Amino acid sequence: MKMSPLDRVLLLLTGLLAAYQVAVGINGLGAVPITAYTIGFGVLLVSGLLLIILGFEVLDSPIVVIVSTVIPLAISLGLVWEHLASFRTSYLVFTIVGFLAVTLTRSLPLKGKLPTIVLAVIHGVAGMIIFLLPSILAAQGATRPGFALVGLGGALIGLGGLLLSFLKAGKPILPRATILRILPALLLLMTAAFVAGFALA
Amino acid sequence: MTKLSPTIHPRRSIFQRVRLYLPLIKTLQTGLLLATGLAGYLSAHSGLAPLILLGLAGSLFLAISGSTVLNMWHDRDIDAVMNRTHHRPIADGSVSPTEALRLGLILSILGVGWAVAMNPLYGLVVFAGLFFDVVVYTLWLKRRTCWSIVWGGISGGMPVLAGRVLATGQIDLVGILLTMAVLFWIPTHILTFSMRFFDDYRAARIPTFPSTYGFETTRAVIALSAIIAAASIGVAGVMIGVQAGFLRLMAVLSAGLLLLSFATVFRPSERVNYSLFKYASLYMLASMMLLAI
Repeated sequence: MKMSPLDRVLLLLTGLLAAYQVAVGINGLGAVPITAYTIGFGVLLVSGLLLIILGFEVLDSPIVVIVSTVIPLAISLGLVWEHLASFRTSYLVFTIVGFLAVTLTRSLPLKGKLPTIVLAVIHGVAGMIIFLLPSILAAQGATRPGFALVGLGGALIGLGGLLLSFLKAGKPILPRATILRILPALLLLMTAAFVAGFALA
Repeated sequence: MTKLSPTIHPRRSIFQRVRLYLPLIKTLQTGLLLATGLAGYLSAHSGLAPLILLGLAGSLFLAISGSTVLNMWHDRDIDAVMNRTHHRPIADGSVSPTEALRLGLILSILGVGWAVAMNPLYGLVVFAGLFFDVVVYTLWLKRRTCWSIVWGGISGGMPVLAGRVLATGQIDLVGILLTMAVLFWIPTHILTFSMRFFDDYRAARIPTFPSTYGFETTRAVIALSAIIAAASIGVAGVMIGVQAGFLRLMAVLSAGLLLLSFATVFRPSERVNYSLFKYASLYMLASMMLLAI
């Protein structure tokens, strides 16, 4: 499916928001959250640029699954490090092992459902953390209410991940053309929610 | 294929001439080089002087455009046999070689003259860029050796050095690092280009890295030069005192460049090659903007 000029504009805005978040939005945090958010939003930025350059065909590459795992893993690591001090080390280990597991199961010629299960577990845990943690913290008053927008970003990243994963698995929830039509807007909304959420926290 | 033939041109309006001349100056390439020049100046953070900025932009634009037109004038026979370039105004006969030569010389003289009038050292650097591009790269080496791109690269690094020199009044380490960044960035752009249009260059008998050393070596050179370019920009950024957030962003963009460069080595494909070619331009523009902030 050919990318429309509007799609390119939406992706460019996504990239600019991600760039803003890397350059300005995470100033003042600790070294690990800064590194984690830089990786998460950095991957989002570079992916957006590559989508603009190469069009939707780039989504057919097997590397997309690995790259798209980095974003939720890195952002969730940053959130856990900032807000769940007692889980820092264990979640850091989970992040590294999870990334390696996805990379290996997607690189080796494995049969059966192991690659899908690994991907579902890693994405599921990271996605739930990004969705639930900011929402709960905002609801409890531990952060300002605006931080809940990060949870909204988490929900949107989960939705996008689901749509793309099922599409690549050959069992699309929506027709491919529909998914590709809404993807740029979904990415922009997700990034805007993250940026606004962190700014309002 | 279009033949070079003398064409009788009816008297054209200025608007028609400008429309014909625009492709002669390769607006995107000239714009990118101009951006590096402005970034070189702004990287010194010596305050915004609108008249100097205007002079910098004007003189660089004229000098870069002039050398590009002279390059196109000299290479009109090559352009005519390459699919990618046979529609260019001189190659397709819509602008005569004499007219192009005059235009190139006028633009070059005006550009260098303006630069010398502003600051002799700045003028010397602008002249060096023009000399390396037109004389060393185009007239002397381009048809003889694939290593000509080194001189093309040095020439490409002159605008950023010129901008820096105009702001600081001297050739400093940061200026040299920025020049190196452009010099080593150029292979990620030009060599991917020469792989993409391999048949065109072969048809025109222009020696390129892919035709001389093969695709594998060329990809390794691209990856190595991308590392040096990214490192040069990073070190220059630190020395200039770019804010931590912008350095992070620069690191992200550099990581993208390195990943794509390594992908060309380990997972070579036309798609990866094309994405590196496009990404490299965006990378240079974005990095220069970050250095200028």
